[in-house]
Amino acid sequence: MNKKITIYSENPFYDKSLKTRHMKATIFKMVTLSSLLFSLGFLIFFLSDIVIKGLPAFQQTYIQVDVTYNEKTVKSTRKAVNKEYRRLVSRSWLRTIPQQVIDNPNLMNTKIKLWILADDQVDQYLKGHHHNLKPKYIQSVDNLVKNNATKLRFNIIFFTRGDSKIPEYAGIKSAVIGSILTLIVTMVVAFPIAVMTAIYLEEFAADNLWTQFIEININNLAAIPSILFGLLGLAVFINLFGLPRSSPLVGGLTLAIMTLPIIIISSRAALRSVPDNIRQAGYGLGLTKIQVVKDHVFPLAFPGVMTGSIIGLAQAMGETAPLIIIGMVAFIPDSPNSIMQAATVMPAQIFTWAGMPERAYVEKTAAGIMVLLTILISLNAMAIYLRKKFEVKW
Amino acid sequence: MKINEKNTAITVNSLNLWYGDNHSLKDVSIDIHNNQITAIIGASGCGKSSFLRCLNRMNDLIDNIKIDGEIIIKNKNIYDKDVDECAVRKYVGMVFQQPNPFPKSIYNNVAYAPIKHLMVKKGSACDDLVEESLQKANLWDEVKDKLHSPGTALSGGQQQRLCIARTIAIKPNIILMDEPTSALDPISTEKIEALMLELKQEYTIIIVTHNMQQASRVADYTVFFHLGDLVEYDKTKNIFLNPHQQQTEDYITGRFG
Repeated sequence: MNKKITIYSENPFYDKSLKTRHMKATIFKMVTLSSLLFSLGFLIFFLSDIVIKGLPAFQQTYIQVDVTYNEKTVKSTRKAVNKEYRRLVSRSWLRTIPQQVIDNPNLMNTKIKLWILADDQVDQYLKGHHHNLKPKYIQSVDNLVKNNATKLRFNIIFFTRGDSKIPEYAGIKSAVIGSILTLIVTMVVAFPIAVMTAIYLEEFAADNLWTQFIEININNLAAIPSILFGLLGLAVFINLFGLPRSSPLVGGLTLAIMTLPIIIISSRAALRSVPDNIRQAGYGLGLTKIQVVKDHVFPLAFPGVMTGSIIGLAQAMGETAPLIIIGMVAFIPDSPNSIMQAATVMPAQIFTWAGMPERAYVEKTAAGIMVLLTILISLNAMAIYLRKKFEVKW
Repeated sequence: MKINEKNTAITVNSLNLWYGDNHSLKDVSIDIHNNQITAIIGASGCGKSSFLRCLNRMNDLIDNIKIDGEIIIKNKNIYDKDVDECAVRKYVGMVFQQPNPFPKSIYNNVAYAPIKHLMVKKGSACDDLVEESLQKANLWDEVKDKLHSPGTALSGGQQQRLCIARTIAIKPNIILMDEPTSALDPISTEKIEALMLELKQEYTIIIVTHNMQQASRVADYTVFFHLGDLVEYDKTKNIFLNPHQQQTEDYITGRFG
């Protein structure tokens, strides 16, 4: 005891309060760390749930059965397949029999063993999910399994077809094309307007009450619930200008208005971060405003402008609410060919599938989310890459 | 101090400047000598940089500023309505406190403005102008082998000489320098000062400085500002050895400032 006291009294740096102060710092560190771990855990849980649910959708069950091609089965396609397996085959595939015969007349009056896309209930049964197969069909499926007449193939249909009421024939392609067309419209409209606005506000406009008022309003617009932009799009583009409903044109214009403030704010920040002595150098040489902005200020701000635009684009891509209002949640089996045709977008497609009663759409929903997330993550990666690439070393 | 009109580069008559309500320059009148170095000294906030920036209308860039009075260069008031500030700034070049080369190659730093002013076209004429300007700025020997490397990769002193080369490339008659060496080490400072003494053969130089030794080393004339007033303007020798005003003496002997 005595010894201890002498040690402390010899230490000129001894401070009694330090122990509790350090303890508080440690507790604070633990609290912050646990917040991080909590959100990280939630993210991992969310992602793995999506992946586990969605991965099976990338494979589809095929069954090997005999198909009869003759006059009768062309008329009544159900009869092309043996009664026992009739309900196990995709109805959509049966419907293609007349076309198959037209394409290849040699098929007529033949009976061939074929690998055929299975009905969604069979698919779900074999994947071990909930299904509505009647016991006698379960028996037939089990027979097929026993004879090695079932297999899982990569689900090419998911990437090459549009939406369908028949789950095994539903794909995301028309939604992806719809999203691309919509985002092209969004970018073509929003990017130049937003960048020009940012340049005007940052480089030309005087700092007065009027510009402050505009700035506050731009900041507010960025925070407005997106569904209101949908109502605006409905009122202005569809009702007033009479543009076609559900079209990527209207969707793109609506999303452009929504994205404008985001790009304006980030572009202004990028322009503001360009050191002022670059402008001074330019003006000091007697250069005009456009020479200074175009050749010296904007190139330095460009990576930031790009980053902001891509983030705005990614946000527009994930937006659903305003598109519901303007009718882009429609059932769209065929991919749109132009920006005037009815289309849907990826998040809207996911929303539609999530509301479908069939169990097979659950995995399609998750798979759709995986496709959307992949594209979004790629866009963000591209933003980082572009920023690094165009960054001027200062 | 009135001087012969022939030797006058700039005549300033009753110049007043307000930032908002702040009266920063009070009725300043001065004649600046041709082909001489004039130093402007004074404590921080005395208006010396503001005054310098009036001479090439750089203050036009600041909102909420009011300028009154006239500045006559080549028998023309540069604040007349029919005078374009870009033309003024081409005639009255400027070098800043922080070396501020463009983030471009050394060559393009010098060549950019002359091309934009349509003085030269890209090609050999431009190459000659770049070489001539860099030579005048005593930088050519150090950079001639790396003209296409970035100007920002040079040392601080070299960057500042690059900025001077860039300024003289557009062939001004007057060069304003706003504390050009305050961000530089003593050796770089010495090189810039030597350069200024060479350049005054061709150009009228006005330099704002916080460093009174620098003013006494390079300047032919010295102006002392105090709180927006021009207190004293005389030959540098007289200002430092025999100031007429008490305030000037107090400042240069270090009693305030």
